[in-house]
Amino acid sequence: MATLSLRNIRKAYGPAEVIKGVDLEIDDREFVVFVGPSGCGKSTLLRMIAGLEPITSGELQIDGVRVNERGPADRGLAMVFQSYALYPHMTVAQNMGFALKLAKVPAAERDRKVREAARILQLEPYLERRPKDLSGGQRQRVAIGRAIVRAPKVFLFDEPLSNLDAALRGQTRIEIARLHEELGATMIYVTHDQIEAMTLADKIVVLQAGRIEQVGSPLELYHHPANMFVAGFIGSPRMNMLPVSVLESTAAGITVSLPSGAALTVPSTGDVAPGTALTLGLRPESLRPDPDGQLAGTVKLVERLGGLTLLHVETEGREDVIVQIEGLSMLNINHPVRLAADAAALHLFDAAGMALPALTRHSLVA
Amino acid sequence: MQQSLASRIAIALIGWAVALLLFFPIFWMVLTSFKTETDAITASLVFHPTLVSYAEVFQRANYLGFALNSVVIALGGTVLALLFSVPAAYSMAFHPTPRTRGTLLWMLSTKMLPPVGVLVPIYLLFKFTGLLDTRTGLIIIYALMNLPITVWMLFTFYKEVPNEILEAGRMDGASTWGELVHILLPLTLPGVASTGLLSLILCWNEAFWSLNLTSSQAAPLTAFIASFSAPEGLFFAKLSAASTMAVAPILVFGWFSQKQLVQGLTFGAVK
Ligand SMILES: Nc1ncnc2c1ncn2[C@@H]1O[C@H](COP(=O)(O)OP(=O)(O)OP(=O)(O)O)[C@@H](O)[C@H]1O
Ligand SMILES: [Mg+2]
Repeated sequence: MATLSLRNIRKAYGPAEVIKGVDLEIDDREFVVFVGPSGCGKSTLLRMIAGLEPITSGELQIDGVRVNERGPADRGLAMVFQSYALYPHMTVAQNMGFALKLAKVPAAERDRKVREAARILQLEPYLERRPKDLSGGQRQRVAIGRAIVRAPKVFLFDEPLSNLDAALRGQTRIEIARLHEELGATMIYVTHDQIEAMTLADKIVVLQAGRIEQVGSPLELYHHPANMFVAGFIGSPRMNMLPVSVLESTAAGITVSLPSGAALTVPSTGDVAPGTALTLGLRPESLRPDPDGQLAGTVKLVERLGGLTLLHVETEGREDVIVQIEGLSMLNINHPVRLAADAAALHLFDAAGMALPALTRHSLVA
Repeated sequence: MQQSLASRIAIALIGWAVALLLFFPIFWMVLTSFKTETDAITASLVFHPTLVSYAEVFQRANYLGFALNSVVIALGGTVLALLFSVPAAYSMAFHPTPRTRGTLLWMLSTKMLPPVGVLVPIYLLFKFTGLLDTRTGLIIIYALMNLPITVWMLFTFYKEVPNEILEAGRMDGASTWGELVHILLPLTLPGVASTGLLSLILCWNEAFWSLNLTSSQAAPLTAFIASFSAPEGLFFAKLSAASTMAVAPILVFGWFSQKQLVQGLTFGAVK
C-alpha cells in the first residue's frame, strides 16, 4: 500500500527555480510516468521524491504522512538509476543484498530474498559475477533486482532503459510492465520515450519548465490534450498545427476557415466570435488522401517505413503537414494531393495555446 | 603511433640519462659510506671497502632510537592527515558548495609559502604548548604540512566515483559513515593507499621542521643525518653511512610499494 501526495512542491537552486509548484496525487499500485523535454525537471522531481534532493518548499506525503525530513532509506522507496549505479566492487548477489545487509537482516533470509529476486529476473547464473562482467541488459536487471529485494512501497525509475539498444529496450519494457503486475507496487517512471510512456503508464504527467502541463491516462492525453504543448509532445509524428480563423460557432461545432480558404467544422465548443484566430491541430494518423478533402497541397517528401508511409505535404497555405498512411502509398514527390481529416480527431487551440473543449469525449476515455 | 627507430633510441637514451642523473647521488652516497674518511674526499672508484664508518656511526649515536622516532612520526602524521582528509575530500567531492574550488586552491596555495616564513610563530606556539621536541608535535606539524596534498589527491580519486553509486547506497540505507566504509573506500582503495604512501615518504624525508623543532627526545633520522654534518667539520664517510642508514628503510619500502604508487598516481581509482 502506498499513495503519494505532492503539495505545491518547489525546488530552487539558488535564485533559479527549476520546479515551480507541483501538485500531484498518486494512487496505490499506480504506474505513473513523468515525461517532458530535456531539462524540464523530471529527474529533479523524482530525486526530491526519493529524498536525494532537499525539497525547497511544499509537502511530500507518503501514505498520508509528511516525509520531507526523512532520509532516502526511511521513505520505503527504491530507485533504479539511468547509469544503473551498481557497486563495482561487489558481486551481483552482494549488490542485491546490500540494503538487507545494512538493515541487519540475517544472512539466510538475505540469501533467500536475493535468490528469489534473481529467479524473477533470470539472474541466477550470474550471482557471483561482478557488474563489469555483465552485459548492459544484465546490469539493468541487477539494478532492478536490487530494488525488488528491498520490497519497497514505491519504485522510482529514472530513464532506466535509455542505455539499452532498441530490441532490449522493448523486451525490458515488457519485463517492467510484468513486474508491476506481479509486485503490485506503486511505480514512478521518468522517460522521454513516447512508447514507454504510452504503454507503461496508468497516468502520464507531462512536465514543462518545472510545471505540470497535464495529468491523465495515455489515451486522455492523446485524444484530449489540454493545450498545444501536450498535443505536440504526445504522439509521433507530432500533431500538425495550422493557423485558422473562426467562421461561425454552432451546436455542431466550430467552423473555421483554413489558410487555403476551405471551411472545416470541428466538434469543439467555446466562446469564440467569428474572425478569432485559432490554431487547428491535426494528427498525422487522422489525415488521409481523399479527392474530396478540404486540404490541398503537393507532396514534398515520402518516407516509406514498410508498414507505414509518411507524406510531407506542402499545403496551399505554405504550411508543411505530415500525413501518416497505413501500408504503402502510390503518391510520389511533386504529386498534387487533397487531404481529408477525421473530424472527431481535430483539435482547436486558442491564442494562449489552451485547447477548446471537445463536444464529445473519446469512447475509451472516462 | 608509429615511432621511428631513431626517435625510440633517442627517447631511451634520454630516459637512461635522467635515471642515471637521479640515481647517481644515491649511488655515490652508498659508495662513500664504505670508504675510509681519507678515501672519501677523493673521487676515486678504487678503494678498500670497509665498515668502519658504520661502526663509528653506530657507536656515536643511537640509530634505532632515531629510526623509531621516524617510524612513529611518519606513520602518525600520515594517519592523522588521512583521518582529516578522507572526510574532507568526501565532502568536497560529493557535496560541493560554490566555494569548494576556491577552498581547494587556497589549501594548495599554502604549500607555496616557504616554511621558514612561519618558523618563529610555530616555534613559539610549540614552546608555549610544550610540544617542542615531542613526537606529538612533529606528528601534528607533518599532518598539517601534508594535508593540502592528501586532500587534493583524495579529491581527484573520489571525483572518479559517480555520485549515483553513492546515492544508490544512500537509497539502500547507508549512513554517511556507511557510504564511506562500504562503498567509497573499497572503490578508491588504490588511491587512498598511494596517498598514504606518498605522505609516508614526505614525512620520512622532511628535514626542516624536524631539525628546528626537535633536539634529542623526538628527533627522527633526518636529524640523525644532520648531526653528522655540523660540529667537528665534515666527515664524508660517516655522513654517507648515516645517510645510507637513514634512507635505506624508506628506499626498501618505496621499492616494494612502487607498483602501488605508480598505479595509484597514473590510473583512475575505479574502472
Ligand atoms: N545542481 C543543480 N544546480 C543548478 N541547476 C540544476 C542542478 N541540477 C539540475 N539543475 C537544473 O534543473 C533543471 C532540471 O533538471 P533535470 O535534471 O531535472 O531535468 P530532466 O527533466 O531530468 O532532463 P533530462 O531529460 O535531460 O534528464 C535543468 O534546467 C538543470 O539545469
Ligand atoms: Mg533527467
